[in-house]
Amino acid sequence: MSRDGAVAVRGGGVRQVGRVAVGGVLLRWVVLAVAVGCWEVAARAHDSVYFPPPGRIADHAYELWFSGPVRQVFLTDAAVDNIGPSLGRMAAGFVIAAVAGIALGVAVGRSRRTYALCNPVLQFARAVPPPALVPVFVVVLDFGTQMQVASIAFSALWPVLINTAEGARNTDPLRLDVAAVLRLNAVERLRFLLLPSALPRIFAGLRLSLSLSLILMVFSELLPGTANGIGFTLTDAQSRSDLLTVWAALVLLGALGYLLNTGLLAVEKRLIGKGRPI
Amino acid sequence: MKRRQELGLGLLGVLLAFGVCEAVSRAGIVRRSYLPPASEVLSRALELAGDSVFLDGIGATLRAWVLGLGLACAIAVPLGLLLGSVPLVDAAVRAIVEFLRPLPSVALIPLVSLLLGSGTETKVALITYACVWPILFNTIYGLGETDPLAKDTLRAFGFGRLAVLLRVELPGTAPFIAAGIRISAAVALILAVATEILAGFGEGLGIFIAQASLSTDGTRDVLAGVVWAGALGLVINGVLVWGERRLFPWTPEQRERAAAYRGRGV
Repeated sequence: MSRDGAVAVRGGGVRQVGRVAVGGVLLRWVVLAVAVGCWEVAARAHDSVYFPPPGRIADHAYELWFSGPVRQVFLTDAAVDNIGPSLGRMAAGFVIAAVAGIALGVAVGRSRRTYALCNPVLQFARAVPPPALVPVFVVVLDFGTQMQVASIAFSALWPVLINTAEGARNTDPLRLDVAAVLRLNAVERLRFLLLPSALPRIFAGLRLSLSLSLILMVFSELLPGTANGIGFTLTDAQSRSDLLTVWAALVLLGALGYLLNTGLLAVEKRLIGKGRPI
Repeated sequence: MKRRQELGLGLLGVLLAFGVCEAVSRAGIVRRSYLPPASEVLSRALELAGDSVFLDGIGATLRAWVLGLGLACAIAVPLGLLLGSVPLVDAAVRAIVEFLRPLPSVALIPLVSLLLGSGTETKVALITYACVWPILFNTIYGLGETDPLAKDTLRAFGFGRLAVLLRVELPGTAPFIAAGIRISAAVALILAVATEILAGFGEGLGIFIAQASLSTDGTRDVLAGVVWAGALGLVINGVLVWGERRLFPWTPEQRERAAAYRGRGV
């Protein structure tokens, strides 16, 4: 993209840059539409049970979740009962992980000694594939929201923690000296120095944690013994060989993942500003 | 701080964490069936190293891991080179990629196990799907970072598009591809274990964990399995990082580290 932009600028002005960008966007959507169209045609021609045409998936998703009464903002009971709890658990787990991760990360990263002390343990915790720990949470907390939130929070904690610690550790020593000269107290140092300099790293960690939360949200709901959630919808439909619902849930999860990631990127852009690539 | 001091502190940290887990369990703060003493978990993990059934399970998990990761490389690297070097194709495919990528791969487990059953194929297919993205994006990103001067020089000497790709762009992108593979290696382990836990039968590390969690007082076995999973993850990551350093000592991270050492006067 940037290469196209540069060429266009040399070629003569803003108008051309705009045209190139519009062309690119148009091309993307056209290709996507053509791909979906091909799938639709092929699926209708083959009439395969496993790959239903996208049109029917969209219809089914609409019927299933978005054809409700106005007072529920068009959400059906199925949507309220399954999407709501899923999102709530994910949000709770992610927020706990983010707050705890940033706080602990700053604490660990502030001194080289604490960092060296904690690093091996943190590296091990990060190396454990998160789903492996979910059975432990099931034993300790039993099935239900508590277990799910705990496994999401525990898995999403490590990327934020480790990245924040790295970020805080790599604060410019010159700035630390300036802070000492200006006699900033601990809170001011945190507010004006450590957090801003760790912010790009923190967001890199948060992005990893967000996708881990989504993964763990789905995984913890896929386990037998859960009663609601998008993951439950998936396994339930799987056990009934209801492929349309399986596909609809997949599309929903993809859209959710896209929206969450875009949202976090927007927040990141506001807080860090442009021109600081990580 | 010297390297030896750092290692010493790290070791101390590990011992402290171990001690806290041990003490919490022994003192009865947490029920023993919830958190068995760390020493018991560790000795069970060591005991498993001599258990041939368990080792076969680890072998099955690693086999799926290797196959899936290998397939992902075989798909993602050429595709990334194509997307990264032909802007038109990139613009055309980007939208499809942007819609596929945010889908949490774990959510595909029910669909893929309906399609392929619950054997190695399912695991490999899911691992491949999940691992393609980091490698693909790193390849595209790396291509964008190759030295334009070197490319122009080669073109000036009359080398064709393919020659430039093979002589400058591919070697320049290799460190980025390697970093992508390292990320994917961790993702692959997550997918392998997750699929196994949900399948619940067959053989594999995840299946050992899932079955142990069903038996009464199985937490010790579950945690021993988790220790193995963590150790596997660490070893895999360590080997890949080591390989990257040996193969690409000039990558930015390396340069940064070298600069940091110089700055500290080591």
